[in-house]
Amino acid sequence: MTSAFDLAALVRSGEYSAVAAADTAFGSIKERDDEIHAFLHLTKRRAQAQAAAVDQAVADGKDPGPLAGVPIAIKDNMCTKGEPTTCSSKILEGWRPPYDATVVDRLEAAGAVIVGKTNLDEFAMGSSTENSAFGPTRNPHDTSRVPGGSSGGSAAAVGADFVPLSLGSDTGGSIRQPAALCGVVGLKPSYGAVSRYGLIAFASSLDQIGPFAHNVTDAALCFDVISGHDPKDATSIPTPLTPTLPTLNDGVAGMRIGIIDELMGEGIDDDVIARTNQAAEALTAAGAIVERVSIPATIYGLAAYYLIAPAEASSNLARFDGVRYGQRVDGANVAAMNVATRSAGFGDEVKRRIMLGTYALSSGYYDAYYGKAQRVRTLIANEFATAYESFDLLMSPTSPSTAFELGAKSDPMALYMCDVCTIPSNLAGHPAMSVPFGVGDDGLPVGVQILAPMVEEARMFRAAKALEDAAKGMS
Amino acid sequence: MSGAISREEVAHVASLARLRLDDNELGTFTEQLCVVLDTAAKLNSLDLSEVPPMSQPCFLTNVMRPDVIVPSLNRDDVLAQAPEAENGQFRVPPAMGEAP
Repeated sequence: MTSAFDLAALVRSGEYSAVAAADTAFGSIKERDDEIHAFLHLTKRRAQAQAAAVDQAVADGKDPGPLAGVPIAIKDNMCTKGEPTTCSSKILEGWRPPYDATVVDRLEAAGAVIVGKTNLDEFAMGSSTENSAFGPTRNPHDTSRVPGGSSGGSAAAVGADFVPLSLGSDTGGSIRQPAALCGVVGLKPSYGAVSRYGLIAFASSLDQIGPFAHNVTDAALCFDVISGHDPKDATSIPTPLTPTLPTLNDGVAGMRIGIIDELMGEGIDDDVIARTNQAAEALTAAGAIVERVSIPATIYGLAAYYLIAPAEASSNLARFDGVRYGQRVDGANVAAMNVATRSAGFGDEVKRRIMLGTYALSSGYYDAYYGKAQRVRTLIANEFATAYESFDLLMSPTSPSTAFELGAKSDPMALYMCDVCTIPSNLAGHPAMSVPFGVGDDGLPVGVQILAPMVEEARMFRAAKALEDAAKGMS
Repeated sequence: MSGAISREEVAHVASLARLRLDDNELGTFTEQLCVVLDTAAKLNSLDLSEVPPMSQPCFLTNVMRPDVIVPSLNRDDVLAQAPEAENGQFRVPPAMGEAP
């Protein structure tokens, strides 16, 4: 499929039209999305109007922007004005937000064409997209397998060649893990790099929006468009960020890269470890100095995350009470209505996490659970800081395994383990990304994770590009 | 069962979170929450007395903006999405007692 970068160039030069690009995307979705179920809702009218406006701008001699005419899919936990936004939950069924998320505004201002909203685990809680109230998404490489999650629909939409770009959100790995399982690039930016205005909150101290793409260049292009300060998000970084696209091909010569020891052993499949070691060799061949580094606190990340994220979720999801938006189940009084609405509207995983979080925050348990988890968070951030005194970047596998069969991980804890490699970056707030690197013993894609210090996306993208170039050389 | 959290505690937490569980759900959720909390207990092996807590990774404090009036969302657009609205406000059942 034509890259976003090339497609935008063709549209800007008038050689190809945005309307034709949108038609092609809708055609391929119609052909195969019954089988994949990446999309919950298509935004056809909005897409046609935006594509026509882009073509008109070109005809008028104006520049429609760096993503001119590029079809893009949006995870259904980001608000799109007048278009359904469900978070894959029955509780928000039928709701149409009265405003657009900042990322949606920025994409359209750059000429991108939003084609639809993608499936996710309900409220982004899950690692397989099986927890959607509207049915699971399937992996485009093998439809008996999951696409990963929670942004499984966005990962599959790119993996199935429906669109060259999509947006997901990543709280504990929800962009990187599905990117790995679907064989695409996925980026979790630095905390505060991309505005979250209009992203329906799951765990506010962890959530970040980021792109999925077929290649590293397109991910960089999209990141440069959606990132930057937004006064509507108080956690948005006010200082300018370094653009990633200009230095993409600067290479890794002399870069010091550490492989995280603790994420290369127990719980990680042998074939995934083998690919990660091969990726390290490829970076060494490209001129980097790659060594092992121990970051012991990373093994406590999972336990800390499954207290912190549910605690924040229990607070954030209190707003779904049947009063202001979405579904209501009637009751004799307000409290009865709240209980009836929430009990009918939320799925089991969401209920599980709300209860876990409520418990971890409750009087008598706060210090033992939530307080302790917050201290572990500091420990992880400190150990990362120490590692970055000796290394420019870190690396690890993205996911402990390749895509697994639907229904294979029905026990919640087994599913939580999928996030073991990705969680530490969310806890520290650092950027990290997954780059496809070969396949596992089952022939399914493997992703390698590259981690960077705060706001060093540009450096991280250089290594990602080097890795992508090496992977092309292998096949 | 003798897990990290009892059936009664789960029932209490559910009521705090405004969730109603039937007997079956209560049993399943209790078992599942015990497994997660047992994993969390792994953190007890760490000495964290000298480590300060971290609530979020963004070191911005006191984010200010000029006190200038800007347009907010259109009230009718917002109310149009509510389950029930009346006279420019969200409508809910009575807070006490039962609906007439």
